Amino acid sequence: MPEPPVPPEQPTPPQRPLRSMPPGPHLSGGGRAPEDGAIAATGMGGAMDLATEEGASLGKPPGPDAGGPQDRPRSLWSDAWRDLRRNPVFIVSALVILFLVVISLWPSAIASGNPLKCDLAKSQEGSQPGHPFGFNGQGCDVYTRTVYGARVSVTVGVCATLGVSILGSVLGGLAGFFGGVWDAILSRITDVFFAIPVVLGGLVLLSVVTSSTVWPVIGFMVLLGWPQISRIARGSVITTRQHDYVQAARALGASNSRMLLRHITPNAIAPVIVVATIALGTYISLEATLSFLGVGLKPPTVSWGIDISSASQYIRTAPHALLWPAGALAVTVLAFIMLGDAVRDALDPKLR
Amino acid sequence: MLLEVRDLHVEFRTRDGVANAVNGVTYSVDEGETLAVLGESGSGKSVTAQAVMGILDTPPGKITAGEILFRGQDLLKFKEEERRKVRGAQMAMIFQDALSSLNPVLSVGAQLGEMFTVHRGMSRKDAKAKAVELMDRVRIPGAASRVGDYPHQFSGGMRQRIMIAMALALEPALIIADEPTTALDVTVQAQVMDLLAELQRELDMGLILITHDLGVVADVADRIAVMYAGRIVESAQVHDIYKAPAHPYTKGLLESIPRLDQKGKELYAIKGLPPNLLHIPPGCAFNPRCPMAQDVCRTDVPPLYEVTGAGPDRRSACHFWRECLDG
Amino acid sequence: MGRYVIRRLLQMIPVFIGATLLIFLMVNVMGDPVAGLCGDRQCDPATAAQLRKEFGLDKPVWQQYATYMGNVFTGDFGTAFNGQKVTELMSTAFPVTIRLTVVAILFEIVIGILLGVVTGLRRGRPVDTGVLLVTLVVISVPTFVTGLLLQLLLGVKWGWISPSVSSEAPFDELIVPGLVLASVSLAYVTRLTRTSIAENRRADYVRTAVAKGLPRRRVITRHLLRNSLIPVVTFIGTDIGALMGGAIVTERIFNIHGVGFQLYQGILRQNTQTVVGFVTVLVLVFLVANLLVDLLYAVLDPRIRYA
Repeated sequence: MPEPPVPPEQPTPPQRPLRSMPPGPHLSGGGRAPEDGAIAATGMGGAMDLATEEGASLGKPPGPDAGGPQDRPRSLWSDAWRDLRRNPVFIVSALVILFLVVISLWPSAIASGNPLKCDLAKSQEGSQPGHPFGFNGQGCDVYTRTVYGARVSVTVGVCATLGVSILGSVLGGLAGFFGGVWDAILSRITDVFFAIPVVLGGLVLLSVVTSSTVWPVIGFMVLLGWPQISRIARGSVITTRQHDYVQAARALGASNSRMLLRHITPNAIAPVIVVATIALGTYISLEATLSFLGVGLKPPTVSWGIDISSASQYIRTAPHALLWPAGALAVTVLAFIMLGDAVRDALDPKLR
Repeated sequence: MLLEVRDLHVEFRTRDGVANAVNGVTYSVDEGETLAVLGESGSGKSVTAQAVMGILDTPPGKITAGEILFRGQDLLKFKEEERRKVRGAQMAMIFQDALSSLNPVLSVGAQLGEMFTVHRGMSRKDAKAKAVELMDRVRIPGAASRVGDYPHQFSGGMRQRIMIAMALALEPALIIADEPTTALDVTVQAQVMDLLAELQRELDMGLILITHDLGVVADVADRIAVMYAGRIVESAQVHDIYKAPAHPYTKGLLESIPRLDQKGKELYAIKGLPPNLLHIPPGCAFNPRCPMAQDVCRTDVPPLYEVTGAGPDRRSACHFWRECLDG
Repeated sequence: MGRYVIRRLLQMIPVFIGATLLIFLMVNVMGDPVAGLCGDRQCDPATAAQLRKEFGLDKPVWQQYATYMGNVFTGDFGTAFNGQKVTELMSTAFPVTIRLTVVAILFEIVIGILLGVVTGLRRGRPVDTGVLLVTLVVISVPTFVTGLLLQLLLGVKWGWISPSVSSEAPFDELIVPGLVLASVSLAYVTRLTRTSIAENRRADYVRTAVAKGLPRRRVITRHLLRNSLIPVVTFIGTDIGALMGGAIVTERIFNIHGVGFQLYQGILRQNTQTVVGFVTVLVLVFLVANLLVDLLYAVLDPRIRYA
């Protein structure tokens, strides 16, 4: 049987599959040409990349059975909460974080000593009754200092994350919502920040600061960290903006501010929360790294970073002085990563 | 007989329990014959086909009982390596969505040629020539110049032709086409279906056509097997079934086809939803939706009765097939 | 493709200017470039003023920046205050750091991808859970702690390696530092590969490949891996810039005289020209690596067509 003439070819439009890094949400949002995804790695190290990937995969539009428009945010979050309550990973990491918060607020509850009281005669001594973790190079009690160190580390992590999240999501969200020139400018600015290696920027910026408070370190983290969140927020807002129910709200004449607050924010915020949770862990780790390089916090502040850094000189003779604060740091970072991971899994409609 | 599936059972272990996807399917296809397997999604028609091909995801899937006889040999007793040599060479499958079923990063020529290099040990150059030949055969215009193109550069219909070419490459004795035209535009559907039917006649292959489109079935199939909840509920020659269905489910399917002479009347729809495979109703699985259901339907699973007096080699899994035929 | 490359090169210009300007401002405005010259003593005002004039520091910042960039593009990165040419420092420091980065990238490719493939194919089995847990721990422990501990164990306790790297820094001495530098990215590459493999494993085209009767090995290498590695390769590419910039910690632990070491010295001594020069080159490396990755992307994935 002779066939009718073949219709002209209709090649499928190029679809860029999810790239590992931030382009993810932008792609599903469709608002980004491939070339805009140029600067992909975060430069903040694997953990931050992990964070952005986790967030990115959340930015994809939900499946067809995601429920009605109005109750979607509520059901998404309440479903997530129901999942989380049964997830042992979430419970354990949440308990670890709760414990950390408690001892940062009331360190004396579990450590009766004074972290600044040191006895050089006991320098580098090992574990002994009343001093389970032994003493560090200056003869300070490692246990007491590890407990007290939580406060500064948690403060830095929480403040930096809050600053980064607020600045990043407001700038990124507005750019994603309104688009146009400001969006283009913001994208270029974030590219600029991504091009500067974080540790290097920290060295340059903090080496000239003489203040011994935590604020310069937090300020630096906000300065170099906000583009990360802003990208996630922007992509997430662009994706949400294209959902049918948002288009419907626009068609019904909702004002910009109402659309942003009532429809977009509740749905676009999930990836930001996940990324911010994991980022919190990385900021604590970054503070320690900067302190190790001698530009972070400075004594007499008590922080894990300072203690690890000072203990590194005695690592051959008194490794315990390094291992305890380093262990505490690692457990903290791990707890935040696992928490973010669990929240992401719970919020991902695909996994239901 | 080319292929005989006997009393096949497949289950899936999921988080919520064991889903009985296939519960004793029996059907057969001969050389040159077209068997249409009809059913809603979830009726087990694709799972049966994947079990025949040996591409079931195990786990979570598991074949718990039954035989799959290919030219008299039970494929389920084959070693994996023997099974692999059958796949592609003696039986091949055409999938529904050609765009996702073709590898996006390999040229279509490479994907077609692979059949020859792997199964026939041909050189790459010869394999490429064969690929062009195949593309010509499924009437892709300018085959020689397009052999290096990638799947996304073809239109939907052309992509499905490439899928067909790939299945036909080694001239297998059996082709399983799993909803080959569902993803295509209506105008292209007929072209692709005609091509498939024509090539089947030419090569005298057995064809299992999995579909939920009754219109396609009437045109190309010799026999029909209707599936419901993992079971064959009716099997018959195609014209016999259209003349008078012997199962209320088949009847419902036929009545829900829109027809021009019905204009103005309400379209018939089978009430209720397909059963949850985790909790298949006791007795006849169709009983909650069946207009003819009696008490016996809720307790006794109907066997596949031999239907007499309404065409040759005909079966129905309904206690009341006589009443169904008459009404 | 050609037009695309040109457009990308043009797009790089503002990013390059922005990043270098940012560093230039940080160094010149926030710090006092002259302060480092007089050593520990306070500079006397007259000398300071004279030095400022000599180095052009009395001019407005934008003019200083323009002059500096003008010089950079003629290959003149200026002189460190100790009289050594910055380009000279670079020619000794960059080869070392490049070697270190190469070792790190090799670790990422070989170990990271291998572990990712193994775990992706055995998702949910003990080996998968074990490796996943290890990657999380590696990501959670800061690099400098990993480095110090490996140095202590392998270098001091067991004596397998020398705890510090000699100034020539040959490849064999850089194996452990390279592993330390790669560690976090390595863990990430493993996770990324695993996710990608596990996702693509259920893809329709893999099912097709099985239905074609291809041997399992060929299904994995030719169909599954080829697709799954696209995001991994792009990540590793973009990681090059991050690794070179992040080598500062590793270089400090193992006393490697590379880029990080020079930068660290430059910052400590407030050596403006050294710092800005090195950072400028690092930013360039980062941007070029990103460009190459995007072009590589087009080669690996034919669906991407640059108009």
